[in-house]
Amino acid sequence: MEFTTWDIARNLLLAAPLTLLLSAIAFAGGGLVGLLLLVVRIGPCKWASNCVMLYVELFQSTPLLLQLFLVYFGLPMLGIEVSAWVAASVCLTLYASAYLTDIWRGSVDAIPRGQWDGSASLGLHYISQLRLVILPQATRMAIPPTVGFLVQLVKSTALASILGYHELVRTAQILTNATFQPFLIFGLVALIYFAICYPLTSLSRDLERRLAQK
Amino acid sequence: MAFQLDFGALLQYLGLFLEGTAVTLGLTAVASFLGISIGIAGAAALRTRCAACRNLVKTYVELIRNTPFIVQMFFIFFGLPSIGFRLTALQAAALAMTINLAAYAIEIIRAGLEAVPAGQAEAGRSMGLRPALIFILILLPQAFANVYPALVGQITITMLESAVVSQIAVVDLTHVADFIQSRNFRSFETYLVITIIYLVLAVMMRRLLAHAGRGLFAGRAR
Repeated sequence: MEFTTWDIARNLLLAAPLTLLLSAIAFAGGGLVGLLLLVVRIGPCKWASNCVMLYVELFQSTPLLLQLFLVYFGLPMLGIEVSAWVAASVCLTLYASAYLTDIWRGSVDAIPRGQWDGSASLGLHYISQLRLVILPQATRMAIPPTVGFLVQLVKSTALASILGYHELVRTAQILTNATFQPFLIFGLVALIYFAICYPLTSLSRDLERRLAQK
Repeated sequence: MAFQLDFGALLQYLGLFLEGTAVTLGLTAVASFLGISIGIAGAAALRTRCAACRNLVKTYVELIRNTPFIVQMFFIFFGLPSIGFRLTALQAAALAMTINLAAYAIEIIRAGLEAVPAGQAEAGRSMGLRPALIFILILLPQAFANVYPALVGQITITMLESAVVSQIAVVDLTHVADFIQSRNFRSFETYLVITIIYLVLAVMMRRLLAHAGRGLFAGRAR
């Protein structure tokens, strides 16, 4: 069977949604877990806060590829058989949660101490302080770096190919084996990633600029 | 199902662990040296009056920063031979890591240069220094002092990302893990040990480089 350039491009474009899907799952899951971790990280319990700090440090100081292997080979030892797809989703969710917690903590730290004291003097409890006073202000600051991290996350999903999940890079490898046109195929893959990531990068930069002007 | 962790089976591979660590650190050192050198050149080009040079550097930075490292590496290792540019796996890995780090280094050094007060360059001009000398003697040392922590962070990230080079059969730390687990089927233990080695390397690297930075930029760093 002959592959035309259009066949290659079409197959790659069909794989791109799977890259996007994995990114979306990791981002949504990571955001949720990250928010919970954030509440603990900036909370009053020193011990729990240090645990979250360690969690963040572990994810930021080890290769994502090995994190993926540990989840992929580790979960079956606990008696949970996982597919490449589940392992990648779980691992990237945890990975994203560590980075997002760290980014968001930075935004919360940038809120003046007086905001905490002021809301406490109104008799607000810790969770109400966060929900009504601190987080609404921190969110504005957190959006540009969060969008920036999304770019990193989209690029990170490429490693799921090594576990065998059929996203862009895995599809490219299969196409290369069938057609022997690696220059064209990996060039196209790079362009597709660029088309996904560059708008996000620009958006993040614009948001940051707008925030700085305020 | 009761599962017993067994790390004892890994001891016999100590030599391989050390070799893998050497390859990972060696690649990181080469990529850091070359990447930061290109970073300096790129950041300098961004300050010239040549619009074409500036656009070229900007395009390069955006292309690299918005595509995954593994795709860049596959393109170099699998794609370039078809246009007659053939590299060994180790060369391809070093080239990919260099190209990747260089793009981030350009951005970091550019930011460092922008943070140097304009009066510094003006003072240099008033002393009759040539622009090249102003850049090398006055601006660059201050820029490095400004962004040294960011550069250390980027070098560490490059070291951790280099785990991917095992996929083109470079015998780095991760490749050693792949090899061992294919022999003893103790995947989890093997990868856990290797992950801990990476963790120790990353923490030590940050500490050592931060320590070196304190000596290098004593009195300069803000």
